[in-house]
Amino acid sequence: MLEIRDLAVRVAGKDIIAGLNLKVKAGEVAAIMGPNGSGKSTLSYALAGREGYEVTGGDILWKGESLLGLSPDERAAKGVFLAFQYPVEIPGVATMNFLKAAINAQRKARGETELSTPDFLRRVKTAAAKLGIAFDMLKRPLNVGFSGGEKKRAEILQMALLEPTLCVMDETDSGLDIDALKVVADGVNALRSQDRAFVVITHYQRLLTHIVPDSVHVLFKGRIVRSGDKSLAEHLEKHGYADIVAKAA
Amino acid sequence: MLQRLDNPNATEAALIAAAGRMARTPARSRALAAFERQGLPTRRVEEWHYTDLRSRLKLSVSPAGATMAGPPVAGAAIRVVDGRLEEAAMPPLPAGVKRVPFAGHDSDATVAVIAAMLAGEGLALAIAAGGKAATPILIRHEATGAAPFGAQIEVAIGAGAEATIVEQLTGHAPLAAVRTRLRVADGARAVWAIFQENDANSSVLARLEIELGADAELTILAFNRASALVRREIAVAAAGANSRIVMRGVNLIGAAGHVDLTTDIGHSAPGVAASEIFRNVVTGDGQGAFQGRIRVAAQAQKTDARMACNTLLLSDEAEFSAKPELEIFADDVQCGHGATVADILPEHLFYLRARGIPEREARAMLVKGFVEDTFDEVADESLREAFNARIEDWLDRHG
Repeated sequence: MLEIRDLAVRVAGKDIIAGLNLKVKAGEVAAIMGPNGSGKSTLSYALAGREGYEVTGGDILWKGESLLGLSPDERAAKGVFLAFQYPVEIPGVATMNFLKAAINAQRKARGETELSTPDFLRRVKTAAAKLGIAFDMLKRPLNVGFSGGEKKRAEILQMALLEPTLCVMDETDSGLDIDALKVVADGVNALRSQDRAFVVITHYQRLLTHIVPDSVHVLFKGRIVRSGDKSLAEHLEKHGYADIVAKAA
Repeated sequence: MLQRLDNPNATEAALIAAAGRMARTPARSRALAAFERQGLPTRRVEEWHYTDLRSRLKLSVSPAGATMAGPPVAGAAIRVVDGRLEEAAMPPLPAGVKRVPFAGHDSDATVAVIAAMLAGEGLALAIAAGGKAATPILIRHEATGAAPFGAQIEVAIGAGAEATIVEQLTGHAPLAAVRTRLRVADGARAVWAIFQENDANSSVLARLEIELGADAELTILAFNRASALVRREIAVAAAGANSRIVMRGVNLIGAAGHVDLTTDIGHSAPGVAASEIFRNVVTGDGQGAFQGRIRVAAQAQKTDARMACNTLLLSDEAEFSAKPELEIFADDVQCGHGATVADILPEHLFYLRARGIPEREARAMLVKGFVEDTFDEVADESLREAFNARIEDWLDRHG
C-alpha cells in the first residue's frame, strides 16, 4: 500500500534522510522508532508534503501512485493524514468551521457531495464523545488554550472524522500522561482496519504496548537499519538503541 | 507657507477654483483663506508623514467600474449626494431624532478646512436629552464622480440619550472631504459605525470629531476599504469623567490602495477607559498607516487607555506603518499599546493544507480569522453581519 523507495530528503541544505526504504501493507501498523535526530519527524513531513522538506531522490508511492508531485492538500484528499507532534494553535479559526471545511474540501476533491450540517454535527458529536472530548471545546478557536493532551485527542478526532487511509502519527505519545495515552490509543485502535495503513513514529516503546504494531523499524541517520516484529520494540526498551546503532554505523 | 499661494500645484489650484465657483459665505471665505495660506500638507508636516497629501491627491475623474455599494443596514438613508443633502428625498427621521440648524465651527485641521471650503449647507441632527433614536440613523454619502466636494455633518446626543449612527461613503469621489462633529452629552450612549467603501480610484478625507461628556459610552466601529487615498481621522475629546470609549477598526488595503487611519484621544477628565483595536490586511502594493495618539492631561488620573494595531501583510510589496504616540502628564494611569506586523505563518498554512484544505481557501480562512473577531463585541447583530459580509467579500476578491 505504502512504498518508500530509496528516499532522500534535504532540509535547509542538510541531508536528513538518505536511502530510506519501507513497505507498509494495507491493514498494517508499522512503528518507526529511532533516537533523537534520526529523521523521524522529517519522514512524517516528507510524507505529508511540507514545504522546505525537499525530496532529492527516490519516491513515495501510495497505492501505486507517487505522492511527490502533490501538494499537502492533494495528498490529504488521497487519504494521507499526519497527526502532528505539535499541533499548532490558530486563533480566529473556529474548530468546528475548520473541521467542516476540511471534511468538505476532501469530499469535494474526491468528487463527493458536501456533508449537510446536521449530518456533520452528528458525526462530530459521536466521534468527540468516543474520545472524551467536551463538545464545548470544539467551539473554541482551533487548538487555542487546549492542553497537550487535548491537542493530541483533537488530532485523533480529526483522524476519525477525515477517515484517511494512510495515518502518519508523529510522536503522538509525547506530552501525554498514561490516561490520555490510553484514550488516544483506543481511538487509534478503533480505526485499525484492513483498508487503512498506519505509520506510527515514536521514540519510546510505551505507546506500542497500547497500539500493538505489526512491524517495527529502526530509523538511524535517515535510513531504516533494522526491521522486525513487535519484539524488536521490546528489545529496544530493554537495551536501548546502542547495539543496533553500533552495528549500523 | 505663503510660498504656496504663489505656487499652488494643479490639485491645490483645482480645489481653490472649485471653492471659488461656489457661493461666498463667511464660513467658506474663511476656509478658503485658510487653505490658500496652508495649501495641502506634505510629509514634512508630522501629522501627514505617511500621507503626503500634496503629491498624492490627484482628483481622479475616472470611476473604477460599478461603484455604489448597497446600504449596510436596513432602513431609509439620509442621502448626501456629492456633499449636497437630498432635501426632496429626505426620509422621515427615526423617532427621537430631530433636524436642527447647522451651527458650524471653524477648525484649522486640514480635512476640516477642505470640507468647509467645498461644502454646501451642513446637516445637523439632535437627539434630545433622555431620548433614544428608535432605529439607526443612516447617513449615506454618495459620490457621483462629478467634482470634488465637501460635506459637513453635526450630531448632538443629549444627556442620557442613545443613538446609533451609520455613516457610509460610497461611489466614485475625485475628492470627498467629510467633516463630522458628534457631541455625546453626560450619560449618553453613542455607536458610530463607519463603512468606507468608495471605489478604488477615489480620494477621501474624512474627519470625525467627538466631544464626550461624563459617564458616557462611545463606540466607534470603522470599516475602511482602500481607495487611491483614504485618510480617516477620529479625534475624541474625553472631557467628562468616567466615560468609556471603544474603538474597533478594520482596514482592508488592496493593490494601489492607501489608507491612513489617524486617531487621537485626549483625556482631560479622570477615570475614562478607552480601548482601541485595529486590524489591517494589506495586499499587492497597498500602503497603510496608523497613527494613534493618546494624550492624558495632568488632571486625567485613573485613565485606562489601551491601543493595539495588528497588521497582516499578504505580499512582499505591501507596506504598513504604525505610529503610537503617548503623551502622559498624569501619574496614576494605565496606558498600553502594541503593534504587530506579520505574514501568514507557514506552519498555520501547512496545518490547514495537511487536512485537505486547498491553499487559497486555507489562506482565506487564516486572514478571515485574523480580522473577523474585531467586531465580535458589536451588540447589534445586523451591524456585525454587515461588517463581516464586507470583510468576506473583500477577502474573496483579494485573499
